[in-house]
Amino acid sequence: MAERTVIPIQAEDTRPPAPQRRRLLQLMAASAALASGACTRAPDERLHAYVHMPEAGLGGLPVYYASAHVRDGYAHGVLVGTREGRPVKIEGNPRHPASRGGTDVFVQASVLDLWDPDRSQTVWRRLAGGSATPATWDDFQAAWLQRQPDLAAARGRGLHLLTGPVTSPTQQAQMAALMAAYPEARRWCAEPPEDAAARQGAQRAFGRPLRTLRRLDRARLVVAFGADPFSDGPEATAQAADWARARRTDLAAGKAPASTWAFEVTPGLFGAQADRRSALKPSDIEHLLWRVAHRLAPELAPPPQGQGPAPREEAELVTALRAAGPDVLLLAGPALSPDSHALVHALHRRLGAFGRAVDLIDPPVRPSSPAGDMAGLCAALRRGEVQGLLVLDANPVCETPGVTDMGALIARVPFSAHLGLYRDETAVACGWHLPMSHAYEAWGDARAWDGSACVLQPAISPLYDSRSPVECLALLNRSAERDGHALVQKQWGLGEAAWRQALRDGVLPGTASAPVDAGRPAPVPPPVPPHDDPASLQALFLPDAATAGGRFANNGWLQELPRSFSKLTWDNAATIGTATAARLGLTTGDIVRLTRPAAPPVEIAVWVEPRHAEGAVTLTLGYGRRHAGQVGNGVGVDVSALRPVDSAVCRVALQKTGSRHEFAVTQHRIDQEGRELARSVPLSAPRLPRPPEPPSLYPPRDDGGRHAWAMNIDLDTCIGCNACTVACQSENNIPVVGPEQVAAGREMHWIRVDRYDDADTGTSTFQPVPCMHCETAPCEVVCPVGATVHDSEGLNVQVYNRCVGTRFCSNNCPYKVRRFNFFAHDDGPETLQHVRNPEVTVRRRGVMEKCTFCVQRLSQARLMAEKSGRPLADGDVRTACQSACPTQAIRFGDLMVQDSAVNQARRSGRHYAMLEELGTRPRTTYLARVVDDRPKGGA
Amino acid sequence: MTSPAPVVASSDIGVLQAGQTYRSVGDLIEGRVLDHRTGRVWWIAFAVSGIGMLVFLGAIGWLFHIGLGIWGINMPVAWGFAIANCVWWIGIGHAGTFISAVLLLARQRWRTSINRFAEAMTLFAAGMAGLFPLLHLGRPWFAYWLAPYPDRMGLWPQWRSPLVWDFFAIATYLAVSFLFWYLGLMPDLASLRDRARQPWKAITFGVLAMGWRGEARQWSRHRTAYLLLAGLATPLVVSVHSVVSLDFAIGNTPGYHSTIFPPFFVAGALLSGFAMVITLAVPLRYFFGLQAVITPRHFDNAAKVVLATCCLLGYGYVMEIFTAFYSGDRYEIAVTLQRWTGPYAFVYWGMIFCNIVAPQVLWWRRNRRNLALLFGLSLVVNVGMWAERVMIVVTSLYHDYLPSAWGLYVPTGWDWLFLAGSICTFAWLFLVFVRLLPAISIAEMRGLVHASAAPEGPP
Repeated sequence: MAERTVIPIQAEDTRPPAPQRRRLLQLMAASAALASGACTRAPDERLHAYVHMPEAGLGGLPVYYASAHVRDGYAHGVLVGTREGRPVKIEGNPRHPASRGGTDVFVQASVLDLWDPDRSQTVWRRLAGGSATPATWDDFQAAWLQRQPDLAAARGRGLHLLTGPVTSPTQQAQMAALMAAYPEARRWCAEPPEDAAARQGAQRAFGRPLRTLRRLDRARLVVAFGADPFSDGPEATAQAADWARARRTDLAAGKAPASTWAFEVTPGLFGAQADRRSALKPSDIEHLLWRVAHRLAPELAPPPQGQGPAPREEAELVTALRAAGPDVLLLAGPALSPDSHALVHALHRRLGAFGRAVDLIDPPVRPSSPAGDMAGLCAALRRGEVQGLLVLDANPVCETPGVTDMGALIARVPFSAHLGLYRDETAVACGWHLPMSHAYEAWGDARAWDGSACVLQPAISPLYDSRSPVECLALLNRSAERDGHALVQKQWGLGEAAWRQALRDGVLPGTASAPVDAGRPAPVPPPVPPHDDPASLQALFLPDAATAGGRFANNGWLQELPRSFSKLTWDNAATIGTATAARLGLTTGDIVRLTRPAAPPVEIAVWVEPRHAEGAVTLTLGYGRRHAGQVGNGVGVDVSALRPVDSAVCRVALQKTGSRHEFAVTQHRIDQEGRELARSVPLSAPRLPRPPEPPSLYPPRDDGGRHAWAMNIDLDTCIGCNACTVACQSENNIPVVGPEQVAAGREMHWIRVDRYDDADTGTSTFQPVPCMHCETAPCEVVCPVGATVHDSEGLNVQVYNRCVGTRFCSNNCPYKVRRFNFFAHDDGPETLQHVRNPEVTVRRRGVMEKCTFCVQRLSQARLMAEKSGRPLADGDVRTACQSACPTQAIRFGDLMVQDSAVNQARRSGRHYAMLEELGTRPRTTYLARVVDDRPKGGA
Repeated sequence: MTSPAPVVASSDIGVLQAGQTYRSVGDLIEGRVLDHRTGRVWWIAFAVSGIGMLVFLGAIGWLFHIGLGIWGINMPVAWGFAIANCVWWIGIGHAGTFISAVLLLARQRWRTSINRFAEAMTLFAAGMAGLFPLLHLGRPWFAYWLAPYPDRMGLWPQWRSPLVWDFFAIATYLAVSFLFWYLGLMPDLASLRDRARQPWKAITFGVLAMGWRGEARQWSRHRTAYLLLAGLATPLVVSVHSVVSLDFAIGNTPGYHSTIFPPFFVAGALLSGFAMVITLAVPLRYFFGLQAVITPRHFDNAAKVVLATCCLLGYGYVMEIFTAFYSGDRYEIAVTLQRWTGPYAFVYWGMIFCNIVAPQVLWWRRNRRNLALLFGLSLVVNVGMWAERVMIVVTSLYHDYLPSAWGLYVPTGWDWLFLAGSICTFAWLFLVFVRLLPAISIAEMRGLVHASAAPEGPP
């Protein structure tokens, strides 16, 4: 028996929630304390009312804290922007290797999760009858302590700990301590299903699960076999940044940029940018890889038989690979078998790519104790071995593909507890649910994709009675120290100065993993070629681009974010190619029944995508959730039951049901109709003809200001990732309107990313379209009340409280960038009002709104410059879309500064204005995309 | 106003049957108002349209409460039925003033028996037209910002916007139409006052008649003022719809941006206005027994105007197509082709059939005097003109410059309800008018009796 039955953690307040005003004051006070102290000394635990403003008064100015967004265990370095103590906007951390200043959509949207009213706010315990009741952390602690004697007696036998991938050194140490205390306990890791093949491939090749670092900036030839380096994995943002930087440098120097080839099933961001792209079904991509491998290195792969799936591409690719030398990078996608991943390692070795464009490191997800995968846990659950199950920040009920009875299995476990942000499907199945602190509320640490470590610091004290994983593990370990800050600080053992530097920089210097020399990869047997059955389709399962496999299902910003290619919102679909659809008599919106032997059938609507491979169907995971929250419940279709446990690919039979489904789509036409909107130039002559200035009856415009703001968007490096759209939504308080309103054509995004396909060249081009801020703006002349006017710095501004809502301005806008509040979107749950940027007016019903060039940031920068008595420098103002862009395709600046970045872009031969012939003289202009017109095959 | 001893009887002059006297004309028209000779049909129509009007008011309340989202409008198509209805109603409102003012100045005698109710039609139609721009505002409670009024911040309307011109055009038109209608009504009100048997009616009509005694001096002033107002109203007939058309023509949207719009809109307005006059006159004549004063000649003349304006309109359609292709502007051409073949092609071809093809039957005199056919045709033309408004508003917007922004407009039940509600309200107002006020000008009819009797009349 333990000597103490109760370990005080902190006084538990069991009274009903205090009035909101007091809570707000507490938050403000807590954040004020943080603002004044977080970076300089340990947090002051005393709470002060905000009436005593901190001495270094920062009222009205944003305060940024370096921290990290952690997804699948990997850190994405961020700067959490707070206003008056409330985190409202996430920026990338330029010092962090996973960000380089840019972000992806999930990082941008993560701040909405913090304020999500559906977040778990209290401990829940399940009663004997199966109903659940609110409880306290003390209750849980008492229940956990009560089990200790039995656990100790059994040396932990029957205790199972399930986590997601964990890179946090503190948590690793804590789990190691827990495992040491209970040697018979077992640890499991719920790895994202799409990572399994790569890990197993490395295991087969090198005997250990090394992680591949892909250096897109060093490669001269990049070939993706079913991989999308711009969206897969924690390094996607960094890889996109590398690729864009190298491409820009090469183009500026007049050099040909690296060649890029993509073989993909479903259109991906990389495929859209690739010089050459082929849509092949999963088995054909694998087949092609092995044929190419044989022709390059016959000893690695058996001689191919017959004709390959893409003979012309195969021959050209072999030629190109031979010509490219060692600077090649082959990317194996999640749908390839582990053996093919191992083959890619062998090919890299053979071509001499290691140490150049490819490096190998020990995986940052280093299990401190042997951890099994989900299949092992399932087996243990089925055998009834599990007496106690602790689930830390994972949702196995939802995210274990191919297993449909996980909830029932967990519910059978005598003692189970779940720590999570939401009371989700797993929480409901477990005996206990413990609310987890959001990453921006808690202390912690994590590693990035390259092994660099960073410390997570809170930007606000926890909104609810929640604990971070570190604090929860301390409770489970019964350690004396329960404070997250102390635990993380102790783990790192840094001196005061180094600790402060680490918090300030958001990354710990010198912690990146050193590349390892893994030696010669072991030979692998070729995969058994699949028998091609024309009656069925090959199904490819991918995490959805909006919900990241389901964990963001309750995030309205992401649900309403149009998918890069389909522009679909609030839904998932079974994507098939045009010819396949024609063969099966299907059109977009037809509901089909997908079946696989030994799996429950799934009914889902079809989306016909012209760039999709024929004979295949792509299904995305992360929809059809039952306990996601008010936003995500019942949205889309859950296809995870159809996915096999061990592979991202399987054969499915498809049957038309005759029912129809209406999708909520934001762009219906992907053909430019011959209009030169998203333009391109050949690589051999990357210049556009300069049309002469059209004659005008009007005198040249002089707005009388000292600045002339302008934006330039480089279509050559825009990868269509949508980060700008979410960043703008976060910065500018743009409401979420819901699927019905999107279907009615009333989405509110101020910057949309248009996709245009060129049928001749087979390329997809993305074109972000914010307000053009036309110098002779057509919207201004038609407003009867002067609610949209020009300001002295050339901005076309919208005066919300003057707007009466005639919508004439939108009719007269050739770019259709204006958005109207058809309903009142300015209300909402109180916590969601906290996520709003106080610098930006919340628009009421009946007014028009549109991109402002982030006028609040302009004002801020202007004021700061005036205060410090210096002129505004180029780069002082960064719009939200610009700063989020991972590839820095957006430039913004002052036309009156001769060498400003935006002026330099305007001098480019690729510069053009959209619909220039209308004479609107837009201030937002574009750089045309460069299309590779070199002879194919490197010959 | 009682006639002197010798009985003046009219002869048949086409627009008036023979044998009508001052008294018979007075009895015919005043009797409608003073004696309860409204039949069951009137009451049924009154009840149905009254319910429709109440539903319309309820719908307006809900619209103001919840917002414009109940309509089908969206981001490429930010204007929908509301603007189409407005333009349609203002077009209908054209015929009244045209008949009253232009035909008065042109000394057309056939205007006499139809001008009063045509003016009332104008007034009510313009009222409906004036209502829709208010309803379509995102924040209708600030509609007064379109008016120039002195305020502390020195804010004025933005004068370059056609919506401001539109505001003034419609407001002026409404004001002048009302004045013209009321001025013409004054002698009749006095006549009603004199004949009313119940004191409260006499007092009410007396107040409204503003002391009209039928003195020669009053007649002289009245005649002058009436002519002056007619002179003032005549340019308005042209200006109001020209200005409404500028709401579109000033815009740079392909399909809107066209210099032919002002005359083209006026022709369309006259077409729809005369069609509506026929729609109203046929049942009015039938149910109120006005065969003596509204004769086939009237319908024949109105049908000729319909035919003429339909041909003008057809010219406008052809010119629009010609300029689109002649300009070589890809966006104009695309919009034109989309109108022919796109998802709204049925609106375009329906419009062509209703407005251009169907009225061609009016080349035959027999058809022009076939009231059943005329009534049906007038409904067809009204539908066609409404389709034209929808065609202009919607098909230009849904398919403009950037294919990425294209999107369809699908009207919701609320859109249809507002259209039906405005029609009911218009009908209700008109029914109230024919019951409470003389639907045909008594004084002018007596003048016509006098004039027609003069050649062979007794001394």
